[in-house]
Amino acid sequence: MNRAERLRNHLMALPPALYLLLFFAVPSVMMLFASFRYPGEYGGLAPWYYIEDGQLSLDFTLENWLRLFESGIYLGLLFKSLGYALLTTLICTIMAYPLALMIARSQKRFRDLLLLLVILPFWSNFLVRIYAWMIIFSPQGALTIGLNHVTGALGLEPISLMFSSTAVITCLVYVHLPFMILPLYANLEKHDNRLLDAAQDLGANRFQCFWLITWPQSLPGIYAGAILVFIPSLGIFAIPDLLGGTNGIMIGNVIKQQFVESRDWPFGSVLSLVLTGITLLLVLLAAKLGKTGGANSGT
Amino acid sequence: MLEINAVSRSFGDFVALDNVSLHIQAGEFFTLLGPSGCGKTTLLRLIAGFDQADSGQILLDGKSLCALPPELRPVHTVFQSYALFPHMTVAENIAFPLRMAKMSKSEIAHRVAEVLDDVRLPDKANHCPDALSGGQKQRIAIARALVNRPRLLLLDEPLSALDAKLREQMQIELINLQKEVGITFVYVTHDQGEALALSHRIAVMNKGEISQIDEPSVLYSYPDNRFVADFIGQCNILDAKVVSSDAQKVSIAVAGLGELTATANPEITFNSGDSCALTLRPEKIRLAATLEAGSDEVLFSGKVHDMLYLGDVTVYIIELANGVLIEAMLANDAPGRTRLFDTGDAVQIAWRIDAGHLVP
Ligand SMILES: Nc1ncnc2c1ncn2[C@@H]1O[C@H](COP(=O)(O)OP(=O)(O)OP(=O)(O)O)[C@@H](O)[C@H]1O
Ligand SMILES: [Mg+2]
Repeated sequence: MNRAERLRNHLMALPPALYLLLFFAVPSVMMLFASFRYPGEYGGLAPWYYIEDGQLSLDFTLENWLRLFESGIYLGLLFKSLGYALLTTLICTIMAYPLALMIARSQKRFRDLLLLLVILPFWSNFLVRIYAWMIIFSPQGALTIGLNHVTGALGLEPISLMFSSTAVITCLVYVHLPFMILPLYANLEKHDNRLLDAAQDLGANRFQCFWLITWPQSLPGIYAGAILVFIPSLGIFAIPDLLGGTNGIMIGNVIKQQFVESRDWPFGSVLSLVLTGITLLLVLLAAKLGKTGGANSGT
Repeated sequence: MLEINAVSRSFGDFVALDNVSLHIQAGEFFTLLGPSGCGKTTLLRLIAGFDQADSGQILLDGKSLCALPPELRPVHTVFQSYALFPHMTVAENIAFPLRMAKMSKSEIAHRVAEVLDDVRLPDKANHCPDALSGGQKQRIAIARALVNRPRLLLLDEPLSALDAKLREQMQIELINLQKEVGITFVYVTHDQGEALALSHRIAVMNKGEISQIDEPSVLYSYPDNRFVADFIGQCNILDAKVVSSDAQKVSIAVAGLGELTATANPEITFNSGDSCALTLRPEKIRLAATLEAGSDEVLFSGKVHDMLYLGDVTVYIIELANGVLIEAMLANDAPGRTRLFDTGDAVQIAWRIDAGHLVP
């Protein structure tokens, strides 16, 4: 690489770097700064210095960070949210894989139509779709009534779907499923079908063809989809707000609460930073896995 | 060993294979040769089990293959696109059929090393297929198909993606490899030179039918029909009519040249009045400024119409009286820059009557 080429590569990387700096690094530093300050009396932040008798004093504290560890509530909630996001990712993967495979293997002229069906839900508002789930889960909804007929016949307690972790995870899966299907499809669609012929010719049955040829080559698609599903579901607050009740609450709700209802910006910043840190760590891990797991699959 | 009996396969109205019958012997290097679209790959897919024949039978060692799926047939294929698994190393690729056969780890390692030696790439075991050159990929694909010692190895134009020099080298390697492992090869190509160089026997195919099955030298010298004569090598083909025939020689009338004698395959009978064609290989024609015709030769005068310098030989197109064009060939074996004739020069050509071969 000569100097001009290197310079050009640096210049090419400039816009994304600026974008990251402006919308990620700067806010993160501001939050870090805020996490060591006191909350303002009416929300916001207290001044970080004051002058008394002509003497300048700084007003920083570790209180907010200590509070995170003092009560197990917040860490517990963090772990629970991680569990929800992980479960959502897992269910999305299991549901998306056969669908993406079917679309990738269907005739070319049907593929665009099938993909359109996958992204069709995006055409209506996110909140409207969650309200729709509220109607489905409501005690007067056909689903609950139908299920309770069954539980009644079996002699069990009637169940309630609304305001439960089941409702939250169902809706999380529903909202994020397309984000798993699309990258997975993009990966599967590029697979060379002649490799399956070759594997079969060399003695592999249908299951072995899938498990030894298709699956390992599709891992980069799964990693990409997993990142797209996991990160937004970890931080989400709208779905648990509307469907979770008290049991289904997630870390995103607490963060929102700190900033809006409790007006405790410093502690909200602490929680946000922890969430960001965990997310970043997991993404780096996934990127590393993706690199070693699917180095040659052309994705 | 492999018997193909009256196999037909159609796609809609299009007949890709029409009543094809073949018998391939154990240990043979058998080639399917024909122009693009004549059904070679279709036949190979039937043997491998990727497709089912509409009618007819395929028997391996006397047992029908029809009910067996591809993974259960003792037949492996080398694909034109190599089809190496990109997410596995070379060694893992080669080990694949052995793993499928549930062989022990130590046996697999042993066999992989052995076959890598056979294809002369022992140091590439841990490379990714993407890091190999075309010729190396080809050798790995062959090694992978051979390692489990199938009864039959199918090769679908395995060398067509390689450049001319490498192809020639790989041809020699293929011949040696086949001799070494003793496995029956069914080789598909549309390159007649490759087919002549490699095969014990060749089946020439045309539009889904078999035109002729013979050894390369027989196919070249004694074609059964115009298609084979034309498809294999260079050939002069002159339309003619049978005047009279006896057991050995046939008397024919060629438009513009008058009455000639030629030989024909004994199993084909010619009756007087039949239309036929005289086939004449350019290298069997003598060419000089003036010639003395032997007693068993025919001689014509003409002039050089065109010429084609090919390096080792020069092809002359000679125009005889009445506008008949004949291709002849002279080796450029004299030292220096040889240029024997020029366009327009008067020349004479002659050929032995048994060099002219008659086809229906
Ligand atoms: N699945 C199919 N559906 C429809 N037509 C087909 C199918 N497979 C092959 N054909 C047709 O059958 C004919 C023979 O095809 P085949 O692939 O056997 O040719 P080939 O001799 O291998 O030619 P090439 O040298 O170009 O590979 C072609 O005209 C092709 O269009
Ligand atoms: Mg073909």
